[in-house]
Amino acid sequence: MWSYLARRLVQALFTLLIITILCFILTRLSADPLAQYATNPNMSAEDRAALRERLGLNRPLPVQYLRWLGLAVQGELGNSFFSKQPVSTMIAQRLPMTIVLMVTAEIITLAIALTLGIISAVKQYSFLDNLITTFSFIGYSMPIFFIALGLILIFAVKFKQMGWPYMPTGADIWSPKDMGQLVRHMVLPVLALVIITTANYSRFIRSSILEVLGMDYVRTARAKGLTERAVLYKHALRNAALPFVTIVGLDIPYLLGGALVTESVFAWPGMGRLFWEYAQRGDFPVVLGVLLIVSTAVVLFTIITDMVYTLVDPRIRLG
Amino acid sequence: MSTDTLNSRGISTLKAESTGAALTPRQLIWRRFRKHKMALAGGIGIALLLLFIIVGSIFIPLEKANYVDLKAHLAPPSAEHWLGTDSTGRDSFSRVVYGGQISLIVGILAVVIEICVGTLIGGVAAYYGGWVDALLMRFTEAMLSIPSLFLLIVLGKFLGRDVQTIEIFGLSFSGSVGIVILVIGLTSWMYLARIVRANVLSLKEMDYISAARSLGASNSRIFFSHLVPNTLGIIIVSATLGLAGAILMEAYVSFLGLGVQPPTASWGNMLTSAQSFIQRGAWWMWVFPSMFIIVTILSINLMGDGMRDAFDPHSSRHM
Repeated sequence: MWSYLARRLVQALFTLLIITILCFILTRLSADPLAQYATNPNMSAEDRAALRERLGLNRPLPVQYLRWLGLAVQGELGNSFFSKQPVSTMIAQRLPMTIVLMVTAEIITLAIALTLGIISAVKQYSFLDNLITTFSFIGYSMPIFFIALGLILIFAVKFKQMGWPYMPTGADIWSPKDMGQLVRHMVLPVLALVIITTANYSRFIRSSILEVLGMDYVRTARAKGLTERAVLYKHALRNAALPFVTIVGLDIPYLLGGALVTESVFAWPGMGRLFWEYAQRGDFPVVLGVLLIVSTAVVLFTIITDMVYTLVDPRIRLG
Repeated sequence: MSTDTLNSRGISTLKAESTGAALTPRQLIWRRFRKHKMALAGGIGIALLLLFIIVGSIFIPLEKANYVDLKAHLAPPSAEHWLGTDSTGRDSFSRVVYGGQISLIVGILAVVIEICVGTLIGGVAAYYGGWVDALLMRFTEAMLSIPSLFLLIVLGKFLGRDVQTIEIFGLSFSGSVGIVILVIGLTSWMYLARIVRANVLSLKEMDYISAARSLGASNSRIFFSHLVPNTLGIIIVSATLGLAGAILMEAYVSFLGLGVQPPTASWGNMLTSAQSFIQRGAWWMWVFPSMFIIVTILSINLMGDGMRDAFDPHSSRHM
């Protein structure tokens, strides 16, 4: 167990190293971070060259990478070229907003998806099952911006036209201190996220319950004369939950990255939108910072999920 | 209930194998695929879409799709403009036809890249093992740990920086389409690489591989004429499901404005402008391109699921 964990951690460090090299090359070379000054009349070409020198942008790429990595390991992610703020401060401002949005969406999704998945599996091939399966298939095939724009059209535009109470579509006019406003602004993005993720999860829950229901021990449980309820909740569901827990566990770190498209459409000030806005400006310290945090979380959670899985399922032995 | 389905499934496969005395594997696969009603529906959906795009582009000239008519801007669906017009008065129906062409071409070519890279990396890693395997798998893991849309944007920015210069010479759209294909292909091969690796790992222990080796076959001969053909079923299924993913990704990237650039239409970039005008109630700009995306993805997913079941005699038909 411990040697396995140690090996996994070493592998993870190696993976993270590759991630940082890959991301550094891609983001550093994708645009000139000083491009915004090129059109600035108050700045001469010499000034720009001096700034480039001072920021170390004209050194060889491996040197720049090692310098960035050295500081990043100490938690120093540098300053944004555009806003001049430290990247860590900017992320610290956005992260809570993303967590509020994503965790709310995830909890609601889990509740709905579990209910739908269980109904679907227990009443297999019934009208209700066919309805749920059809909807989850369609939901699975949808880009999230389709839902997002549709929700805006219905709940913001049409409701407003009808004179009904309508939902705000975004714009950072609210302050997070005002809870009522925060909730009002969250309704539409959460709804969009819930619809898409529910489709995905309920499909998965249905098939894993159905697989378990076909097992011998379920037949044994039925043969013992247990009620269908006991068979389902005491035997089937617990075992069907195992793969599902893995899926959710592996999804959790990605929540930190926020929902780039949803946050952009609804102007939600989260990590995804931070990334997207600064990627467009070629502001590589910000982009790299977000990538580093999210992918480190992903790598760590993969290990944690695997470890938890072996604790929960005694059939798995680590080699 | 589920034991019933298990039994009927067992019997139906028995029948399939006993009626035709000697069915080839291919005939068996086709038999199983044909029985899958949803998959057949997906196949019909794809056929209809292809028909629509081909017939549409025969009757509608490309000029019509890119013709700007400011007098007719934001016109709702009418006899003249069946699906309405966009913010610059371009006919949405013609754009849906040509956008579909672009979306399908991007999807297919991206999948070709995905398959080549995925098969090569997965196959080489499994076949050579050792440090080659370790390095390639860490690289695959690194790519998987970066959220896909983030990776897509970073790579798109990286590859897109040279396109600007080509744009001056009026080659703008061919440049952006090429970049989108490359970006989607290069960010989607990781799952396939893992599947191929696992499959080749089990195959290379088989007797016929040692037989080939003892006959003096070279590494590349064993790789391309024994290992790759035996992994083909898995590759075909992944390619089909990958096509749905690639078309969806094209929609996401173009929606964000990084993908196919106007005036060239794609289903994704038609929705970019819908985002700004939905607040004014231009529902047709949102609903029609979305419907085409959803129907396409849904059909391909249904067919892919059917093919997965057809290729794998053990897989359940629950989904």
